[in-house]
Amino acid sequence: MDDLLREFVTETNESLDVVDVELVRFEQDPNNAKILGNVFRLVHTIKGTCGFLGLPRLEALAHAAETLMGKFRDGHRATSEAVTLILTTIDRIKQILESLEREQREPDGSDQDLITDLERMVDGLAPATPRQEPQYAVGTLAPQVLERPLRPGEDSLDDLERAFRETPVDPPAPKPAKPAPGEAPKEDDVAKAANQSIRVTVDTLEQLMTMVSELVLTRNQLLEIVRRHEDSEFKVPLQRLSSVTAELQEGVMKTRMQPIGNAWQKLPRIVRDLSNELGKQIDLEMQGAETELDRQVLDLIKDPLTHMVRNSADHGLETPAQRRAAGKPEHGRIRLSAYHEGGHIIIQVADDGRGLDTARIKAKAIAQGLVSETDADKLSEAQIHKFIFAPGMSTAAKITSVSGRGVGMDVVRNNIDQIGGTIDVKSVVGVGLSFTIKIPLTLAIVAALIVESGGDRFAIPQIAVIELVRARAGGDHRVERIKDTAVLRLRDKLLPLARLGQLLGIDDKPGDVETGFIVVTQVGSQSFGIVVDGVFHTEEIVVKPLSSKLRHIGMFSGNTILGDGSVIMIVDPNGVAQSLGTVASSQAEAEESRHIAADESATSLLVFRAGSPHPKAVPLSLVTRLEEIDARKIELSNGRHMVQYRGQLMPLVSMNDKVQVKSEGAQPLLVFSDGARSMALVVDEIVDIVEDRLDIQVGGGDSGVLGSAIIKGQATEIIDVGHFLPLAFEDWFRNKDRPKRAARRSLLLVDDSPFFRNMLAPVLQVAGYEVIAASSASEALAMFKAGREFDVVVTDIEMPEMNGFEFAERLRADPATAEVPVIALSSMVSLEAVERGRQVGFHDYVAKFDRQGLIAALKEQTDVGRAA
Amino acid sequence: MTDTAQQNLKEYVTAIIGGQLFGLPIVRVQDVFITERLTRVPLAPPEIAGLLNLRGRIVTLIDLRRRFGLGEREPGQTVMAIGVESRGESYGLLIDSVGEVLKLDESMREPNPINLDARLARVSAGIYRLDGQLLIVADVDRVLDIIPNAMAA
Repeated sequence: MDDLLREFVTETNESLDVVDVELVRFEQDPNNAKILGNVFRLVHTIKGTCGFLGLPRLEALAHAAETLMGKFRDGHRATSEAVTLILTTIDRIKQILESLEREQREPDGSDQDLITDLERMVDGLAPATPRQEPQYAVGTLAPQVLERPLRPGEDSLDDLERAFRETPVDPPAPKPAKPAPGEAPKEDDVAKAANQSIRVTVDTLEQLMTMVSELVLTRNQLLEIVRRHEDSEFKVPLQRLSSVTAELQEGVMKTRMQPIGNAWQKLPRIVRDLSNELGKQIDLEMQGAETELDRQVLDLIKDPLTHMVRNSADHGLETPAQRRAAGKPEHGRIRLSAYHEGGHIIIQVADDGRGLDTARIKAKAIAQGLVSETDADKLSEAQIHKFIFAPGMSTAAKITSVSGRGVGMDVVRNNIDQIGGTIDVKSVVGVGLSFTIKIPLTLAIVAALIVESGGDRFAIPQIAVIELVRARAGGDHRVERIKDTAVLRLRDKLLPLARLGQLLGIDDKPGDVETGFIVVTQVGSQSFGIVVDGVFHTEEIVVKPLSSKLRHIGMFSGNTILGDGSVIMIVDPNGVAQSLGTVASSQAEAEESRHIAADESATSLLVFRAGSPHPKAVPLSLVTRLEEIDARKIELSNGRHMVQYRGQLMPLVSMNDKVQVKSEGAQPLLVFSDGARSMALVVDEIVDIVEDRLDIQVGGGDSGVLGSAIIKGQATEIIDVGHFLPLAFEDWFRNKDRPKRAARRSLLLVDDSPFFRNMLAPVLQVAGYEVIAASSASEALAMFKAGREFDVVVTDIEMPEMNGFEFAERLRADPATAEVPVIALSSMVSLEAVERGRQVGFHDYVAKFDRQGLIAALKEQTDVGRAA
Repeated sequence: MTDTAQQNLKEYVTAIIGGQLFGLPIVRVQDVFITERLTRVPLAPPEIAGLLNLRGRIVTLIDLRRRFGLGEREPGQTVMAIGVESRGESYGLLIDSVGEVLKLDESMREPNPINLDARLARVSAGIYRLDGQLLIVADVDRVLDIIPNAMAA
């Protein structure tokens, strides 16, 4: 049997059993909306699935039953008659399922009898108001009036009439249609579908898991005993036991894990069928299908995901004609992606359709009494969008057989809540809609690096680990100290370092980062090094939630039992990042916007002295390396100071006349590199690295100084790197391997901060662009208006008046500029911001100080522009 | 009289902690075990002695000496723990040694003396006067009511 069909039969049978029970409960407790909601949802699911599998009989039945139940949901009283009718329908569905399982196709026959009854029931209820007495008069039946109220036990005449009409007249209404004896299916054929796979509750697996852990523990004890007795006869059988145990453990672990692709299996077909049915052209993209999920989680998010994809296809995407009119490609796109991030699994469902209709959601929310009219006016768009997760909030104008009964997003959210996840919605009118589901790691198995610190072992989730570095004095990777800040020089980057033991308060040698292993870790866009005493191995661990007494400790995300039976704490890289003072991506939206504001102002600065006691500073990210070289190695060539550096001659440039190149001892240098070229700035002393607000009071008198800022309470000169680069190489800005003047691309740089404009312009010029700067989005728009053309735009996000998002939207809106690639710059690259950027049409999103990243992005965008 | 007294009998698992006799209602006690291979938890409240794996479950160990303010345990001592459960989580209460199970008459339980040490009074559900010594009835829920001292952090 077709896998899909088999799964459908198994699932539907289960669902129907629940419906049976719940319906009866509902009959007894007609005011319980929860039960009804549950029944409604199950029938809705059955209906939906039938549609996709091409089972018209089942679909028609389920649809009719659902329509009737929809009436109950609208407040009509559920009569026992109606419930009976639905139950009869359920029975019919079960019969059809039985033969479907046997013959792999729907049996012939008609259900018009039941459907007519169901429809009549619906019509009969239609004019009714919720408060009215039970409605017995139905459809075409001539109302038969009894002169007295019914006595207990009596049936209404209508009921009797109906019973009378139904019983004899319906000829095929196949009672568990016992096939003719000769054709009777063989018992094992029937059982086949059930035997291919069996369903085991997660509880059973959980229990197995516990037992296996126990077994491992016992095995380890035995091994320990045998180790003490050299010539034990137990040795061989124990080895066998040991390997079997390991296999068993692995097997049990595996049973819990499934790639998320399993939940997506049905989707391509569903989307294909939908596009036929709806007359839309839909491309389904799936990324990260291999991301593994705990089975339990997978089960719970399967239906919501399917639902969301269906919603996107049905409501989200426009018809080809509408899309053409809106200037979009005819093919609509639905993108599903999954990946691990910072202790969570993120699943995104995004489409490039019309987005949410804010006004309609608002109206519906008010109509449903979810919010008062006055309050609604105060809500932001994003807040209004959140109402789609409330029950009964389907906003589809018409009910289609695909979706649109309001079963959607509330159910989705419930399922996600159950597993401790969150769901968020982002919508931009005309651009698209995206849902982001975030599920905590606690249910999942992850690979973790087991490390040692302060004599204890800890697990660091492998996802966050980029590489391991062994720090050695004099080696390529050296640990350096700038005052109290330890940094690792790793290739072209300076990484902040922290001892794990110190962060956890268990260190026996605080501050000593020169020995040990460095776990290079990344959280969001932040990289840092965690220094540990030892590194053991990687292990797949089952993350267990922390005890409620320990949950307040931000450093740990959970704990687990290792293969050897010991308990180990799992380090949360987010917590480490936070305690390092670096910015970890925040969870809450509100928090995030605050963070953006805060981050915008904080910059890492390298403070040094050169030529005067007054401190000078340069953004740390511009500095490639800090060097101290032996002054005797400095050579004088052609009147210029040079030093042999990494097999090349590197010119040295003095900050100013007052800086003397030393003749002996160590000479501190700031090295700036671009491609294969390096130059060094000679300074007197490197003082510190500080994180501070960079508020430049422009007006540096000297050349090479951008201006002054107050850094850590001291007036500090901010130097202009761009000034010094040509001093080292006269042709720095017109290097022969850079594009010729004619081939130069024009670039519009939009940033409200003169500092960044001044700082980035030389960098971009070096990269071969002709840079025009604008100090605001409106100034930039005015340039476009005036007919200037640019190959690419680089813009800041946080700007007064008009921010980068709005700027990009304005550019997109104007056909003359819609095609110009826009790259956004921001101090913080959060997922949310990237998503927003993607929606407004940013082609790329680069961290403000990520020079390499910016140049790479520029290259990519302008090359694409050429090719197109 | 005897009849009513019998109906009021309650069973307690007794334990010595820092020289003092304590009783825990037997209905709350899951098991008694020796603590081995304890994993300490950095940054945890001081009462939390660590975690251990008990038959596949992670048990949070609470040092009752620290919890009751009865001084530090000498290192190297074998440590016993009484296993209890609360809200689906497993805890082990570290004690010095476990004693016999006593049946005690509810009506004989006396309220805390008003000058009882605050740390003990907080967790005590009353006192029994036994032959030659006092038994403090420990209220398991209150013993487990450890408020993380670093909520702000």
